[in-house]
Amino acid sequence: MAPQQMKAVESILPGAVALALATVYLIVLLRVENQTTILILLAIGIATVVAANWLGWLTPVGRSFGEREDVLGLLSIVAAIVVAGYFHGDHFVLLLLCTVLLYTVATLGLNLQFGYAGVLNFAGASFFGIGAYTAAVLNQHTAIPHLIVLLIGGLVAALIGCLLLLPVLRTRGHYAAVVTIAFALLFKTFLEVNDVLGGPQGLQVRSMNVLGWSFNNNIGIGSLQVSFYASYFVTSLLILIGGFTLVRRLERSWIGLNLDALRLDETAARCFGLNIVRWKVTAFLLGNFLIGIAGTLQGMVVGFVQPNSYTFADSLIFVSILLLGGIGNPWGVVVATLIVVIVPEKLQAIQEYRFLLYAALVMVVLLFRPEGLLPRPVRSYFPGWRS
Amino acid sequence: VDLGLFAQYVMNGLMLGMMYALVAVGFTLFFGVLDVIKFSHGDVLTVGAFSALATFIGLRAVGVDSNGLQLLAMLIVAIGAMAILGAVIARAFVLPLRSAPALNTLLITLMLGTVLRESVRLFYPDGANPKPFPRLLPTDSISFGNFNLRLDNAIMLAAGVLVIVGLQLLLSKTKLGLAIRAVAQDEETAKTMGINFNLIVLITFAIGSGLAAFAGVMNGLYYNEMNFGIGLYLGVVGFSAAIVGGLGNIYGAILGGFLFAALQTSGSVLLPFASAYKDVFAFGVVIAIMAWRPTGLIPEKLSERV
Repeated sequence: MAPQQMKAVESILPGAVALALATVYLIVLLRVENQTTILILLAIGIATVVAANWLGWLTPVGRSFGEREDVLGLLSIVAAIVVAGYFHGDHFVLLLLCTVLLYTVATLGLNLQFGYAGVLNFAGASFFGIGAYTAAVLNQHTAIPHLIVLLIGGLVAALIGCLLLLPVLRTRGHYAAVVTIAFALLFKTFLEVNDVLGGPQGLQVRSMNVLGWSFNNNIGIGSLQVSFYASYFVTSLLILIGGFTLVRRLERSWIGLNLDALRLDETAARCFGLNIVRWKVTAFLLGNFLIGIAGTLQGMVVGFVQPNSYTFADSLIFVSILLLGGIGNPWGVVVATLIVVIVPEKLQAIQEYRFLLYAALVMVVLLFRPEGLLPRPVRSYFPGWRS
Repeated sequence: VDLGLFAQYVMNGLMLGMMYALVAVGFTLFFGVLDVIKFSHGDVLTVGAFSALATFIGLRAVGVDSNGLQLLAMLIVAIGAMAILGAVIARAFVLPLRSAPALNTLLITLMLGTVLRESVRLFYPDGANPKPFPRLLPTDSISFGNFNLRLDNAIMLAAGVLVIVGLQLLLSKTKLGLAIRAVAQDEETAKTMGINFNLIVLITFAIGSGLAAFAGVMNGLYYNEMNFGIGLYLGVVGFSAAIVGGLGNIYGAILGGFLFAALQTSGSVLLPFASAYKDVFAFGVVIAIMAWRPTGLIPEKLSERV
C-alpha cells in the first residue's frame, strides 16, 4: 500500500473499531430481556466508556470521526442496517429503532435552532405533534400520496411556527423561552378541548402507503419473515440521512458561520452586517420543518395521535437529548438519542420515571459538564486538514 | 348591562389577579437581586400546595377538627417549607451558575421545575389525578341581585392584600428590605457597604417562594381542587404578568397580575368560544403580550456594553 493510503486507513481505524463495538453492544442490549442482565450490561457500558476515556482512547476516536466523517458516516448507516437486519422479525425492536431515528431527526432540527442560531424552542414536541396530526388528518380525508404528506407535515409545522416568529424575534433569552413554553401548553390544551381533532382521545393515523405498497403488511421474502416496521425503518433512516447531511452541510457552510456568529454575539454580528432577522427566521423555520417531518412519520409509524404524547415534558426530553449529547454536535445528538430512548424502554422499572430522571440528569450535566457528553469540536474549515 | 353579573366577573378577576400578582412578585424579587429567572417558581407553588394538603390530611388523621387551626397549620407548613426549599434551590443551583451563561440558569431551573412537578406526580399518593382541596373558610354569602359575594373569597382577597402590603412594608421600612433593595440596585456597592450578599439572596428567594406557597394554598381554597400541573400554568402566567409590569418592579408585577386577570376574564366573557378555550386563550394572551411588549410596559433599561 502506498503510504498515503496507509495513513487514510490509520485515521479511519479507531472510529471504525469504536463503531463496530458500539453496534455489537447495541445488539446485545436490545436482545436481552432479563432486567438484571440489562442493568449489568448498562453498568459495563458506562464503565467501559469511563475507562476508555481515562486511558485516552476516546481522543483518537473523536479525531477519526472529525477527519473521516464521510467514510464513518457511511459505516454508521451500515451499522444501523446491521442492527435492524439482525432484528428483522422483531416488531418491538424495529419500532424502537424507528423512534430513535425520528427523535434524532427532530433533535437535529432543535439543534439547528438552539445549537447554531441560539433561538430557544421549548415546544419541540408540539411541532412534532403538529406533523403527526397533519398525517392523521390528511391520510384520513385526502388521497394525497403519503410521501408528499411527509413534506406537507414539515411545511405545516414550519407554517404554524411562523405564528411564533414575531414574539421569538422580538424577545431574547428568558422571554423567548416563555413564549415557546406558553405555546407548548397552549398546543396541548387546544388539542384536548378541540373535538374536530379527537379531543383527549386523539385520532387514528392510517398507515403509510407508497405507490401501492402498504407499509402495514409484513414482508415475506421466501422463508424470511420481515416485520412491517422494516419499511418504516428504511424511510426513517433515509429521512435521518437527509436531515443529518443537511444540518452538517449547513453547519460547515458560511450559513453555519453566520448562525454561530449571531448566537455568540448578536451585537457584533450585526455590526459586521449580518442580517440577524433573516438567519434567525431561517434557522427557526428550517428546524421546525425537520421536527415536523419527523413527527409526521412518527404519527404514521405509531398509528394514532393523542394530546398526551406531545406535552411540555416531551419537549423537555428533546432539550435533554440536545444538552446531554452536546449542543451543536450532530453526532452527540445521535448518541444521546440512543441512550435517552432505548434505556427506559429496556429498563421497565424506570419507564414511568423517565421525565424525572432525564431532568435530573440534565441538571447534573449542567452543573458538572455543561458542554455535554460529546462537546462540539472546534470548527474545521477544511476536513482532514491539520497544521 | 347587568350590574350584579358584572360585579361577579370583577370579583372573579380580582381573585385570579391576586394569585397571579403573588406569583409575579416572586419572579420580580428574584430578578431584582440576581438578574435571573427562576423557572421552577411555579412548581415550588405546586409543592407548597401539596404540602399544605398533606398537612391537612395528617391533622385530620390526628383528630384536629378546627378549620381555623387546620388552615393555620397548613399555611405555616407550606410557607415555611417552601421558604426553605427556595433558599436551598438558590444555594444549590442558582448561585453556583452565576459565572456560567445565563442560558444555563434558565435550563437548570426549568429542569428543576420538571423534577419537582414529576416528583409530585409520581410520589404523592395518586398524584397524577386531580385532588380535592378542603373548604376551610366559611362559605356564607351575601347576595346583591345577581352578585353573590362569598365570604371565603372576600377573606382570601383581604389576606392577599395584607400579604402584599406586608411585603411592601418589609421592603421599604426595614433594614432587611433596605439590604434587598441595595443588592438589587448594585451588587458591588452593596457588598462594600457590608451587606452579606449571599445571605440576602437566600432570604429573597425564601420570601418569594413563601409567597408562592401562599398563592398555592389560595388557589386550592378557591378552586377546591388542584393537580400537579397547576404550578406550571401559574408560573407561566405569573412570569408574563411580571413582564407586563416590567421585571424588577414590584408595583409593576402586581399591576401586571391584575391586568392579566382582567384580560383573561373579559376575554372569556366577550368571546363566545372562549369558555372551553379559556386556557388556550390565556396562553395566547401570554404570547401576544410578549410580541407586543417584549420587555414589559415599564421596560428595564437595556444598554449593552460591547
